[in-house]
Amino acid sequence: MKILVPTPLRQYAGKRSAIDVQAATVGEALQSLVSAYPDLRKHLYNEQGKLRAFVNLYLNDEDIRYLQQDQTAVSDGDTLSIIPSIAGGRWLS
Amino acid sequence: MAGIAEKVASLSNDEILRYSRHLIMPEVGMDGQLKLKQARVLCIGAGGLGSPLALYLAAAGVGTLGIVDFDVVDFTNLQRQIIHGTRDVGRKKLDSAADALHEINPNIDVRKFETRLSSANAVELFREFDIIVDGTDNFPTRYLVNDACVLSGKPNVYGSIFRFEGQASVFAMKEGPCYRCLYPEPPPPGLVPSCAEGGVLGILPGLVGVIQATETIKLILGTGEPLVGRLLLVDALSMHFRELKLRKNPDCPICGAHPTVTELIDYNQFCGIRGEEAPGHTTMADMTVEELKKRLERGDDLFVLDVREPHEYQICNISGYLIPLNDLPRRVSELDSSREIVVHCKTGGRSAKAADFLRQSGFSKVHNLAGGINAWAERVDPKVPKY
Repeated sequence: MKILVPTPLRQYAGKRSAIDVQAATVGEALQSLVSAYPDLRKHLYNEQGKLRAFVNLYLNDEDIRYLQQDQTAVSDGDTLSIIPSIAGGRWLS
Repeated sequence: MAGIAEKVASLSNDEILRYSRHLIMPEVGMDGQLKLKQARVLCIGAGGLGSPLALYLAAAGVGTLGIVDFDVVDFTNLQRQIIHGTRDVGRKKLDSAADALHEINPNIDVRKFETRLSSANAVELFREFDIIVDGTDNFPTRYLVNDACVLSGKPNVYGSIFRFEGQASVFAMKEGPCYRCLYPEPPPPGLVPSCAEGGVLGILPGLVGVIQATETIKLILGTGEPLVGRLLLVDALSMHFRELKLRKNPDCPICGAHPTVTELIDYNQFCGIRGEEAPGHTTMADMTVEELKKRLERGDDLFVLDVREPHEYQICNISGYLIPLNDLPRRVSELDSSREIVVHCKTGGRSAKAADFLRQSGFSKVHNLAGGINAWAERVDPKVPKY
């Protein structure tokens, strides 16, 4: 499956905008992403290991909060999008 | 028939000619054009998003256009804020915008609010308008606009941009989600990527602002499918438009079934911002640009470290050794800790982080150049361009 990385996080993902991973669930896909790019971890998860509140994850066009969260099953053709909040010309003014 | 005659009477012959391409279209027509004329829209900000948005709303004949802004036009705005021109540099954005809007359409009422939108004035300000359009560039104001819209029951036409990417939606409609349903909390300031990662493609606020204008017009006309419950993502680099489903969060702190936020709060505090975090504030470990010049001229052994990005180095440099902030941890071995190091970036924010990092890594003689290369350009060497 494919994970789409938004512009603000690409600097922590080897400047890539899309990354292919092998996974059965959303949680596995994210694990494999942060193992490959450890710098991404602190931008996606807080100190307690929970997904940060300003980062949303969409499997295709649906928010995983309204699916089975991390446990949501994924298949090869799926796209997982990371959608962080952006404020304007600056990430945070 | 009397009703129709009355309606016709409220557009002058000049206006009928002006709006002819609207009037001959059944989706707008005379009824729609009168709705536009009676509509009151408040634009928060006359910047990148506010520029195209206000220009199109004025041209379309939105009768009352309010603008909230307290900023002054500067040269770096002109790359994208097309409501202002070169001769407006130094003027209040409000005055410059009002002139441009009246030039396009003298029939509309432009209302200027020279103020910073705040918890103290937002609800009162919103009371006089039907639709609020968010063209701001910071998180505290975004949450403030959202909450004030939910509390006063006004739609929030949202747009946001970052480099090549934009987002747009319509929030705070009774049947749809609000901004907090999408993002319950803002990012903490500590996770702010370096300012080198900022910037925006000049046409992007044009694309997104025009989407906001389109949604505003549709809400006024009551036609089409508004972007309620949908987040439109625009990627100008790949020119992909994608759409995500947004749901109203039943536990949303402001628009949910049991709201915990029932009045406006302190949004700077909510976003973790303590006071003005202006770049360039001086601490003991900082060095001024004047001092750096003096010491370099004296022949002191100073190692100038530039932590900006390579594309910024190309714009201008003071012959510093280039290691971008993000690369510093892995390239720190290239530095000699026995030498006195002066770190600089564009305005002093990134170099402060770099200096902290170096001190924690055991470097004892580290200075942060206050104000960065822009201060150098302003106060030491005018041949170096400011950017």
